Amino acid sequence: MRRFDLAVIGAGPAGMAAAVEAAHLGLSVLVVDEQPAPGGQVFRAVEAAGGDPALTEEFPEAGGALVRAFRAAEDIAYWPRATLWHVDLAGGVLSVLRDGVSEEVAATRLLLATGAQERPVPVPGWTLPGVMGAGAAQILLKTAGAVPRGPVVIAGQGPLAWLLAVQLLRAGAGPMTLLETGGKGALWDALRAGGLWTGRRLLRKGLSLVREARRHGLRVVRRVRNLQAGGEGRVRRVRWDGGEIACDTLLLHEGVIPSTHIGRALGLEHRWDEAQRCWRPVLDEWGASSHGFVAVAGDGGGIGGWEAAVATGHLAAIDAARRMDRLPAAECARRARPYQTRLASALALRPFLDRLYAPAPEMLVPPDDATIICRCEEVTAGQVRLAARLGATGPNQVKAYLRAGMGPCQGRMCGGTVAAVIAEERGIPIAEAGALRPRAPFKPLTVGELAALPPGDVA
Amino acid sequence: MFATRPEARPASVEVFVEDRPVMVPEGASAAAAVLLAGIPAIRETPVSGAPRLPYCMMGVCFDCLAEIDGVANRQACMVMVTPGMRIAPQRGARQARPGLAGKGA
Amino acid sequence: MSRTQDAIVVGGGLVGTAIAYGLQKRGLSTVLLDEGDVAHRASRGNFGLVWVQTKGLGAPHYQRWTRGSAAAWPGLAEDLSARTGIGTGLHQPGGLHLCLSEDELERRAATMARMQREAGNFGFEYRMLTHSEVAERMPGIGRSVVGASWTPYDGHASPLHLLRALHTAFREAGGLYLPNAGVAEGTAAPHDFSVEAGGQRHHAPRIVLAAGLGNAALAPLFGLAAPVRPERGQILVTERTRPLLPMPTTTIRQTGEGSVMIGDSKEEAGFDTQTQTPEIMRAMARRAVLSFPWIAELNIVRAWSALRVMAPDGLPIYDQAERFPGAFTANCHSGVTLAGAHAEILAPMIVAGELPAEMAPFSARRFEHVRNAA
Repeated sequence: MRRFDLAVIGAGPAGMAAAVEAAHLGLSVLVVDEQPAPGGQVFRAVEAAGGDPALTEEFPEAGGALVRAFRAAEDIAYWPRATLWHVDLAGGVLSVLRDGVSEEVAATRLLLATGAQERPVPVPGWTLPGVMGAGAAQILLKTAGAVPRGPVVIAGQGPLAWLLAVQLLRAGAGPMTLLETGGKGALWDALRAGGLWTGRRLLRKGLSLVREARRHGLRVVRRVRNLQAGGEGRVRRVRWDGGEIACDTLLLHEGVIPSTHIGRALGLEHRWDEAQRCWRPVLDEWGASSHGFVAVAGDGGGIGGWEAAVATGHLAAIDAARRMDRLPAAECARRARPYQTRLASALALRPFLDRLYAPAPEMLVPPDDATIICRCEEVTAGQVRLAARLGATGPNQVKAYLRAGMGPCQGRMCGGTVAAVIAEERGIPIAEAGALRPRAPFKPLTVGELAALPPGDVA
Repeated sequence: MFATRPEARPASVEVFVEDRPVMVPEGASAAAAVLLAGIPAIRETPVSGAPRLPYCMMGVCFDCLAEIDGVANRQACMVMVTPGMRIAPQRGARQARPGLAGKGA
Repeated sequence: MSRTQDAIVVGGGLVGTAIAYGLQKRGLSTVLLDEGDVAHRASRGNFGLVWVQTKGLGAPHYQRWTRGSAAAWPGLAEDLSARTGIGTGLHQPGGLHLCLSEDELERRAATMARMQREAGNFGFEYRMLTHSEVAERMPGIGRSVVGASWTPYDGHASPLHLLRALHTAFREAGGLYLPNAGVAEGTAAPHDFSVEAGGQRHHAPRIVLAAGLGNAALAPLFGLAAPVRPERGQILVTERTRPLLPMPTTTIRQTGEGSVMIGDSKEEAGFDTQTQTPEIMRAMARRAVLSFPWIAELNIVRAWSALRVMAPDGLPIYDQAERFPGAFTANCHSGVTLAGAHAEILAPMIVAGELPAEMAPFSARRFEHVRNAA
């Protein structure tokens, strides 16, 4: 069995930064990533798409630099198109599936840098073809240079909604409408969170996006409530309180949440983050989790954006080296200082953004009983409410009752909504309703891949 | 429906979506090819038969399950296109292939 | 706050809920005390067999009890469906135990012959099948399958639908279900019991302990013994697949939804199931692929290990306390198979206030000489 000092899961900003730092400090590093090229979702396919005029500035510049540094670093075993499906915590053994073959590797420390996923937006009609996540459209742009044809509606809120609008408009998509679902008074609430001065660079970036979107003719409708997608066999229109518009593509976005699937499966301690309305692992200032073998870096430890992710990646790698006695404590503190400063600066605007873009209640708990919550097993909000009345106190019992979370996505799309619906129905906080406890395999693999029998033995 | 922008990313790989040739850029996923082909659904759910198209494009939602090169229920957004790849919608639950026994399956 | 009922059932899994439902529908006002969302809950990990084939080797009373349960099942399924509209997916077409080597087949044949001998005039119908006889009944078997044993008594059902149907029927019959109400202590006197749970005090002249592994600690409070320990069992579940398997086998069955479930077999496979490692999952997957090579293509979407409730001899424990009449325990690892017996045979006994003589072999008193010797 091959052995590494540090196994990093994910080759996004946090994973790449951690790998580069760890290799620099003399650790042997393995990076396991599901994608074919490094970059994560934010810098997805940056090597191929860096020249696309729709994706300017930060994407090719910052993303390109991170990937180049990662590619250039020596002593990093980089496994693209590879999936971690099992972790033996006690033995420090990872099971990784590559090209249909599962391999066990040993690691002294595991760093989860699995990033974020878009927050599921369970509005009526969100399962119709033509409705997708805003992040999905951005991935199509990055990986295939593709843009939606015909009228496009972006519905939701958050920095990515504006960034995507601008990128798609630059690429010639449209006509385009942004339906902003933010609440009245969110701005004033957000301003009280402060951080505007320290975060002024990010703030300026945001404001310039808004101006560019306007220049391209983006139509903006504010304070949209009770969004619904309509159409037979495909989305044809979007309705909300007091409005309706025809569209061919509906892109939903209510921010991103940490990908905690593996961490929860490993039983890491998590806490409910009320400001970001999501679960996040309990971490120390170095990213160390409640289990001595595992650390978390990047958005998977709490949403902070790519700059924060890079800083946490470095810090987690420095901590790994210290734990393995490759770095004296004093040197560790000195080396960490610039990243701690960068992290603080990158996170300064976060409380403002969290408040400004807090999802409306109906985006978290669909009021209409007929709305599908679990896309795999087609379980509705009404069924979950009934189960809660029958006595289900959390998403694990609802899973047993209704199969919500038993499909191939393993509850990644429905788990949070199911808990929110139960919490509302039973009048308890979401934290008390709890979260799904996933299990290995963290992603599906075939029985044959698991069995790994020599072909001659089978037939 | 989605379209490529040849000026930014040349579409150089030919794949077949429901037997129709589609040109897509290198590095695109099979799910992207389906969206570029413009077919109405990449799968029909095994529960109600409802049509779906890819939703997340990043390996989370499993709404892009398709039959790729004869293998059912593959997560199309995680499979990169290769020349000549054949992609067909996954209609309902997959069919197991007991006939394959003895042929090295 | 304090509440008085006719019966308290501790444990809202398959065993407790089947008994609670059996009591409630026979007129005893019953409170069912359950734990929260992440309780151990062997019920969620149940494989879903209604299985008779080798239950009770060397213990004919257990074979009779299991057969009685399998026979009571159709009535229970019909009753639950009529009351709740929830189907339990019961299907009893008979079942196979596949053997992957001549040695396994030989041992199996000997076991089945002994089962029949021990059954005496109660009868035990079975057949040993050759590879081609299995191939006639099951699609796409592997060449490693050298044969199988078959009995007509076996079947399967959905443990999750059963649990939901039992919960629903229990409540619709007027039962009180309290989640987040784990029990840690209680008081006992003959026909007078009380427990503190979920912030309330519950009193009743009858109490049934069906808390799975929790029974080990609870039983002594009520003058009972439940020397049960956990045994880990693992299950792999594939994506939905169109119906293909006409009947269940000991370790592989296709659910009503189409998933193929792969379980571990203590009887023949012989792997150590005390820990969850990829090696055990791999061993299970290998056996499945050798049995049905086409399974290799299917995606595993879920896997889990659950803790079975095991007495030292692997048989159920049913008891009433000598010191405190009215206190009962039920301990077993086959919550689905025995649901029929629990709701329709055991519950009436508890209503009557006494376990009849034929239940004596299930008493925990059978372990006393072991304890004394130790």
